[in-house]
Amino acid sequence: MKIVKARDLVFEYIRRDEEGNVEGISTAVDHVNLDIKQGDFVAILGHNGSGKSTLAKHMNAILYPTEGTIWVDGKDTKDEDVLWDIRQTAGMVFQNPDNQIIGQVVEEDVGFGPENMGVPTKEIWERVEESLRAVGMYEYRKNSPNKLSGGQKQRVSIAGVLAMHPKCIILDEPTAMLDPNGRKEVIRAVRALNEVEGMTVILITHYMEEIIHADRVYVMDSGKIAMEGTPREIFSQVERLKSLRLDVPQVTLLAYELQKRGVKLPNGILTTEELAAAIKAL
Amino acid sequence: MLRDITLGQYYQTKSYIHDLDPRVKLGGTVLYIISLFCFKNYLGYLIAALFLAIVVKLSHVPFRFMVKGMKAILMLLMITVMFNLFLTPGTPVVTLWKLTITAEGVRMALTMMARLTLLVIGSSLMTLTTTPNNLTDGMEKMMSPLKVIKVPVHEVAMMMSIALRFIPILMEETDKIMKAQTARGADFEHGNLLARAKALVPLLVPLFISAFRRANDLAMAMEARCYRGGEGRTKMKPLIYKKKDFLAYAGLVVYMVVSIVVGRLSLG
Repeated sequence: MKIVKARDLVFEYIRRDEEGNVEGISTAVDHVNLDIKQGDFVAILGHNGSGKSTLAKHMNAILYPTEGTIWVDGKDTKDEDVLWDIRQTAGMVFQNPDNQIIGQVVEEDVGFGPENMGVPTKEIWERVEESLRAVGMYEYRKNSPNKLSGGQKQRVSIAGVLAMHPKCIILDEPTAMLDPNGRKEVIRAVRALNEVEGMTVILITHYMEEIIHADRVYVMDSGKIAMEGTPREIFSQVERLKSLRLDVPQVTLLAYELQKRGVKLPNGILTTEELAAAIKAL
Repeated sequence: MLRDITLGQYYQTKSYIHDLDPRVKLGGTVLYIISLFCFKNYLGYLIAALFLAIVVKLSHVPFRFMVKGMKAILMLLMITVMFNLFLTPGTPVVTLWKLTITAEGVRMALTMMARLTLLVIGSSLMTLTTTPNNLTDGMEKMMSPLKVIKVPVHEVAMMMSIALRFIPILMEETDKIMKAQTARGADFEHGNLLARAKALVPLLVPLFISAFRRANDLAMAMEARCYRGGEGRTKMKPLIYKKKDFLAYAGLVVYMVVSIVVGRLSLG
């Protein structure tokens, strides 16, 4: 079964003036079809305002579709009876690390989700320990979140979602406010979750480097899915990506430019090692 | 500059008093304050002071931290003592110019001083030995019977703990905005009171906007983590009375009985 499935999903933001009259309607998500397999690492890419965050919020039943339907683990998000099941199945990590940590101590924050679900005290402690270990933040369990770095805070947020035992975890630009080191830290933790624990990961981002390891990539542009495929398939279309206002990783760009000048390199090179190997093979 | 402000005045150390259930400490402080108002003679205050001294000793909090709390009310204390000293009618003892000190006045002033000092030290001992977080938990649990009459106890406690979490963040933000506005030529330090109050507008407006934005984000994050009010919620760190808590309650009862009985004796 598909963990997330969307058919003809449409979401419209309605802008109103001060009297409440409709000023205009902007379609943030426009007839999107999605099929995400259990255990996959899926990346959704797009520049600002492409509708990727709006789409992500549908997967956690924070926003409801204007038209069309989205199913999470087979459950329709419009069905209010299963709202809390959906939110537990699809955990969500947001952009700003400060604005999603509720507890004043790391372990208390991780325990917040299970507390809300009514998990017995003893099990909460087990879940907190296991989740903090999974993101490598167990040594910091007694710290105040205010004293952690951005990357560490984001890992705590991920642990907070893991403690709810979700089937899939949605990260809405988790690295947008972090420095390069924090970004690496978070992506490493997310990859480990996917590879070691087999967790379905849906990563929303506009950093191309972060999607290299994804199983499947969707590129969004003005609410529509503009491209879809494996990272290699996506990165081999450099011109197309540029027209969607996305930056291609340096290595891929270099390989592309070399190709254009007549060097015979394969399409869609993703890493420095790959490029080095390809040049050696010439 | 703004970062130096610490919230509450929790003194971190390990002690018997620190480990007590917050409910014991809250209840104990209230009872202690009540006891202070029951005494009719000095002996009662003596017992109260002795009791407090023992608790302070047990708490391992240096005495100067208690005195810090006293400084804040020093002015109030002086005024109270002065008024009582000079304005209580009775047998005159000393007359200075137009002011008369009476025997009753001296007694009254001493009583007031003892009462206020013990009250302030007693209650600051509670905040020194309990984290704000713990205090909130204790209050939530103690007030929970009020839920029957529709007092939103859980919600208030949740609001308090969120406020505690966000105070340092908003302080940092204030600092940042202040620097940003100073860089653009804003002046927060000169001019009269009115000018300074006006200068705060460019500080407060962005601060409020950012606070609302944060609140919105936080609400969404809480909902995404299945928060739906206090109903059906379990606790990661439930408050459970332990042996030492009962011991502390016993000690408290002994103190209450002894001090009030002795304190209300008429010693002629």
